[in-house]
Amino acid sequence: MKKSRRNFLKAAGVTALSIGAAPAIKAVSAAESHTAPHAVEMKRKDALKAKRWGMVIDARKLNDEIADKVVKACRYAHNIPDFHHEPDKKKYPDLKPVKFNQEIKWIWEEEFEHAFPDKETDFLAEKFRGLSFLVTCNHCKHPPCVQACPTQATFKRPDGIVMMDYHRCIGCRFCMAACPFGSRSFNFRDPRPFIEKFNPDYPTRTRGVVEKCDFCAERLAKGELPACVEASEGVITVGDLENPDSEIRKLIDSNFTIKRKQELGTDPSVYYIM
Amino acid sequence: MLEIALKGSKKYWVWVIILLAAMAVGAGAYIDQFTHGLTITGMSRDVSWGFYIANFTYLVGVAAGGVMVAIPCYLHDYKKFHRITVLGEFLAIAALVMCLLFIVVDLGQPIRLFNVLLHPTPHSMLFWDMCVLNGYLFLNIIIGWNVLESERNQVPHPKWVTPLIYISIPFAIGIHTVTAYLYCGLPGREYWLSAILAPRFLASAFAAGPACLILLCYIVKKVSKFDPGWEAMQTLTKIICYALTTNVFFFLCEVFKAYYSNIPGDKSHFNYLFFGINGHNGMVPWMWTSIICMFIGIFLLIVPALRNNKTLLPFTCIIVIIGTWIDKSLGMISGGFVPSLLDHVTEYSPTGEELVVTLGVYATGLLVLTILYKLATTVKEEVRG
Repeated sequence: MKKSRRNFLKAAGVTALSIGAAPAIKAVSAAESHTAPHAVEMKRKDALKAKRWGMVIDARKLNDEIADKVVKACRYAHNIPDFHHEPDKKKYPDLKPVKFNQEIKWIWEEEFEHAFPDKETDFLAEKFRGLSFLVTCNHCKHPPCVQACPTQATFKRPDGIVMMDYHRCIGCRFCMAACPFGSRSFNFRDPRPFIEKFNPDYPTRTRGVVEKCDFCAERLAKGELPACVEASEGVITVGDLENPDSEIRKLIDSNFTIKRKQELGTDPSVYYIM
Repeated sequence: MLEIALKGSKKYWVWVIILLAAMAVGAGAYIDQFTHGLTITGMSRDVSWGFYIANFTYLVGVAAGGVMVAIPCYLHDYKKFHRITVLGEFLAIAALVMCLLFIVVDLGQPIRLFNVLLHPTPHSMLFWDMCVLNGYLFLNIIIGWNVLESERNQVPHPKWVTPLIYISIPFAIGIHTVTAYLYCGLPGREYWLSAILAPRFLASAFAAGPACLILLCYIVKKVSKFDPGWEAMQTLTKIICYALTTNVFFFLCEVFKAYYSNIPGDKSHFNYLFFGINGHNGMVPWMWTSIICMFIGIFLLIVPALRNNKTLLPFTCIIVIIGTWIDKSLGMISGGFVPSLLDHVTEYSPTGEELVVTLGVYATGLLVLTILYKLATTVKEEVRG
């Protein structure tokens, strides 16, 4: 009798331990398992869906003019402030001086040796040196920013898009230290005075939160392609990386592509055709 | 016991008022930061942490350094430390209060602070840092308070405190290990991505913490009738000596790894800190000062005649504190963020307003420290008297 009770207690103890430990181990082991648990189902029938969203940027077709159009389209689509914009003095009388190194950018131009600092060599082909590339959030398969965030304000959706919850972010900027691509920006100040033209379809942000490219999830949900794709004249293509018949898979299959800082194992979803 | 802090000499009250004034000035600057955002700091998109997090890191070390008194006292029953252990615990409390304040003033949205508790996230090191820092703070408050009160009543401390004392020792190591893990688990940040970052942090902490404690003992001896004991301080100096030497050794290991392997990413941060990159050399004088201070500190602590010189010791401690502070706060932040992940050089230096907020936080910590030390020394005077 006594013995069986002891056995029962043992079994109960082990069970309780494993129930307690399993989620803890799972939680610590990988950020990957931390996709939003109850992501809202895309409701519209015309929404664009993918198993894992990816992007291909064709560096051969890219030039400064197109890059400029892309950056501007993204800026307008997401109400990104431009510190060169002169704010309305009457509406905002009490503004601190602008610091340009506190700028906000989601997609921007970067020279080859900065976009790919590990691939720079003394004898870099002349066609690459100083050549502009477009860089943005890589929507990594294993995002270090998601792992670092202490409030799950940044999270990975089941379709691979790494998103931000601007209302949960406490502004600790741990994600900015964690992202190996410098893709994140912090609202050091209220961005609104520096927004030239408001886009009513996207929220503006408050000071003190981090933001970054959201793969235009709000446009995909309405069946529209990301703003950068529309403005890029065919330079940028998005699609489902997991679908072998998708356009971007065909581009990757038929061209030589590279990704940024592959050796870090974050597995970016943005490919560059060289 | 707290009523002791309300009775003091004129000098005591002048000091308290100075601290309160400094806190008020700091609070004023913080209100400006709260209303306008962190734009008032020198931080940028490339250097997204600055003076606040730098000082936070250093003070976690000071808090952890207190364990260098607790271990000999509680684990080895080293009698000479019995008198100063509570000073070590109270120093840890004050340091932790400053750590938590530095985190709060660094947040972009401080009113959302409790989101960390509302959405606990075990895969974030910041979550664990919050757990161990608060845990260690409460442990020290409970232990320090009970041990002191028992001393006042001249009875042994309650039995239930003993397990807490033992738990507090791994906690002390834990706070600094987890703080190092904030940095050293981030892919792409070569300056931080080092397995010996946590040991290096601990080594520097075990030098900085006891150095602060010796300085405080000198002050205590001067302003009160309580004598912490010269022999206790002699033991502390040896601890500082070993810890500081280990810290420099770890640092040289990092230098060797970066330059002998010749990996550009690893070298670039040391190049920036010690030689500057393309004329960006804001950190160069600071880093060399740090290295020189640490080497002078080691020399002054190794030679017995210099180590045991009562007049020289406070200056030695100040040199050690300057050396380790630059190394772990300014150096750790600038070294990690410059050059940036995209190989741009954006330098960082704190703004005046940032310094005033920092001053306010330090004043708050010093006020906590003053009150706690006032309690400790008065009780000890009473008991001995």
